[in-house]
Amino acid sequence: MESRIFDVAVIGAGVIGCAAARELSRYKLSVAVLERESDVCEGTSKANSAIIHAGFDAVPGTLKARFNVEGNKMMDGVAEELDIPFKRNGAMVVCWKESEMSKIETLYERGVSNGVEGLRILTGNEARAMEPALSKDVYAALYAPTSGIVCPFEMTIAFAENACKNGASFSFSTEVTGIERSGEEFVIATSKGEFRAKAVVNCAGVHADEIHNMTEKADFSISARKGEYMLLDKSAGGLVKNTIFQVPTEMGKGVLVSPTVHGNLIVGPTAEDIGDKEDISTTRQGLEAVKRVSALSVSGVPYNKVITSFSGLRATGSTGDFIIEDHDGFIDAAGIESPGLSSAPAIAKHLAKLVCARLVPEEKTDFDPKRKGIPKLAQLSFEDRKALIDERPDYGQIVCRCEQISEGEILDSIRRPLGATTLDGVKRRVRAGMGRCQAGFCSPRVIELLAKELHIPQWEVKKNG
Amino acid sequence: MDKHSLVIIGGGPAGMAAAIEARKSGIDDIVIYERDVQLGGILNQCIHNGFGLHTFKEELTGPEYAGRFIEQTEKLGIRFETGSMVLSVSRNKEITVVSRSAGLKTVKADAVILAMGCRERPRGALNIPGMRPQGVYTAGTAQKMVNCEGWVPGKEVVILGSGDIGLIMARRMTLEGAHVKVVAELMPYSGGLKRNIVQCLDDYDIPLKLSHTVVDIKGRRKLEGVTIAEVDNTGAPIPGTEEYYSCDTLLLSCGLIPENELSLGAGVSINSATNGPIVDDRLQTNVEGVFACGNVLHVHDLVDFVSEESGRAGRSAADYLKRGGKKENPEKCVTVTAGEGVRYTVPSTIDAANICDSVHLRFRVRNVYKGCSIVVAAGERELIRKKKKIMVPSEMEEVLLKKELLTDVDGITVTITGGGV
Repeated sequence: MESRIFDVAVIGAGVIGCAAARELSRYKLSVAVLERESDVCEGTSKANSAIIHAGFDAVPGTLKARFNVEGNKMMDGVAEELDIPFKRNGAMVVCWKESEMSKIETLYERGVSNGVEGLRILTGNEARAMEPALSKDVYAALYAPTSGIVCPFEMTIAFAENACKNGASFSFSTEVTGIERSGEEFVIATSKGEFRAKAVVNCAGVHADEIHNMTEKADFSISARKGEYMLLDKSAGGLVKNTIFQVPTEMGKGVLVSPTVHGNLIVGPTAEDIGDKEDISTTRQGLEAVKRVSALSVSGVPYNKVITSFSGLRATGSTGDFIIEDHDGFIDAAGIESPGLSSAPAIAKHLAKLVCARLVPEEKTDFDPKRKGIPKLAQLSFEDRKALIDERPDYGQIVCRCEQISEGEILDSIRRPLGATTLDGVKRRVRAGMGRCQAGFCSPRVIELLAKELHIPQWEVKKNG
Repeated sequence: MDKHSLVIIGGGPAGMAAAIEARKSGIDDIVIYERDVQLGGILNQCIHNGFGLHTFKEELTGPEYAGRFIEQTEKLGIRFETGSMVLSVSRNKEITVVSRSAGLKTVKADAVILAMGCRERPRGALNIPGMRPQGVYTAGTAQKMVNCEGWVPGKEVVILGSGDIGLIMARRMTLEGAHVKVVAELMPYSGGLKRNIVQCLDDYDIPLKLSHTVVDIKGRRKLEGVTIAEVDNTGAPIPGTEEYYSCDTLLLSCGLIPENELSLGAGVSINSATNGPIVDDRLQTNVEGVFACGNVLHVHDLVDFVSEESGRAGRSAADYLKRGGKKENPEKCVTVTAGEGVRYTVPSTIDAANICDSVHLRFRVRNVYKGCSIVVAAGERELIRKKKKIMVPSEMEEVLLKKELLTDVDGITVTITGGGV
């Protein structure tokens, strides 16, 4: 098979890979994104807290601190350009004892030093006045108004769609199996044949060490740290307005309780180092721990309103910091654990800079930074919604009852560039099946639509993969 | 804004029975909004027989049972709009509805009957740990695939929960050539009707494991197997009892939840035991002119009882409309309390002065009771005592309260007494 030749190969279509591809598509570079799964956002990017952190957690001077704060500041612009939901809902880190105040103060000082704006230390009563559901045992809290919540699926998809619109090509179900240097080039062997590129950007998440080791010296490793979460019905979404973190104690890092940008309530994660980088199972013990630990900071989480639980794997690097380095054209973006989502826009800019320093491309004059999302009919005013339905009657046919998603939105999600090919793909793009019945009602209908659009029989429509 | 005397939300057995009785009681301007492409609701996917024994004294399939009501609905010229999803109902009975053909509109109703039915409890709400592969479905979703879409989701099947749809699907999947390995039930008793245990499991040698649950799900993309374990009397898995079953399909039949999001939006108060609206003997909710019937009110065991109950809701709504929407001012309101052994009652209150001659009191028991009696009492005074050979939580119980029994009574309590658990 003839090899396909690009200027840059990005390995991994998670939020970092997709954001990097978008930044690279500003330049006159041919960019290929190689992804082993059948869709973007299939790894760590799909299962995390969905928080845009303020940036007070990372130690000053680290890449985590720098890119988190930079990324956070970029988010309003990114959300506007890419038409994705983002809300600065604020965050609190709570503690329970006077002896823990030093931890709160440390976070405050780190935040100030990292350039986080608006930080304040609140007494327990001040915090409870803002968040009545806080436990009566909360002694004090660090308040960070710039913390935000985002849809990690739509963020990743939007980066990818905009990259694609600006010329980046995506190759799915393409697992990288080997990389060799050949003169000025990299020869990349994949499950879909050979690719050649002048630069490689390694955004392979929990597998970034394996990709790195294919051609570079094994100087770091990535371990998978599992985090288990529970997601609650929208009727519980108003329990807290801010994202409520806990200060780390001898019992562990604690769990967060947060509204999601879609109005659900998310609680988690646990933190468990696991050997198997594919193990995204939830466990009885993990979910019990989430319940128990969350009660320390927030009272009355209605666990009878859980609609789903899930696990995500953090790509924890052996250095403790993000590993972002250029090894003579092989550029790592590894160990991107929390605050990776928050840092994504800034990391992407930096990765593009590293590539440009080598390849010295011209900037495109016709780069279009704008991406228009699929209309979210359930969020429109009556008049706007009516007008859209009059124009497109399939927006009037509701398929997902819980989230009120129409047939038109689902068809859009399939027909767009880099469109959905699986039930999960549709779910992450337009939220059909994301609600309280968890696709019980809509999945037969979504399967029917996917089958028709993809010209396959219904029984060949996949949930994922 | 369009106006209608009576808007009925849902065109399943409840909605149709309500519409038919309202029309027969003299209400002309009725409209049913149905989200599916045809009337009939969930009956359309229930192609097995056993429906209608009480109503028609014969055994019908689900679609046949629905057909009888569709015929009457059409014959009576009752207007219905299919493919129409109601998005919201307000307290003053303004209904926002959307469809492909008519677009988005708001209509005003003088009375509303809630007949939206129920949904299945999904995996997420059950908090079953493990992976999230393809191959895990609620039983009703699988039923739709097999019976309406015409394809079978798998070959090696484990079923969690012994609700009626799960039992029916055990048989259905077997008939379609699948191997149903086991039905696991968390409780020490079945969640489905006795006849379904016999006809759907026993007849096909499908084992039913009571006090068992799924404790792990394996498979990254596709389901590979599940682990089942015995549970103690608190529902916690007993270590050492785990047993692995390889399978490509896990069906869940773990309870039905009345679908009351619209009701809540209209300000309707919900009973935490039924997850359905709190109603009086006219099946009127706390919101004047808003009635509820069928599985949105409480989950029924037999559709025949849905039809009977819903007809009553239709007649009550007609009465309400004929009074010009005025409140009847109950002279005497009898409260009904679910006592020992009784999970809930429908209705919760009875307008004793205005009931015709009797009222059906329906309820479910909390446990399996053998040789016990249902006792309806007003304080110390026993009004009714009905001896039962056996009562189980999966089957609805009922007592008929005659009007004369309720004179000089403020409240009644229903309890289960005597015999053993």
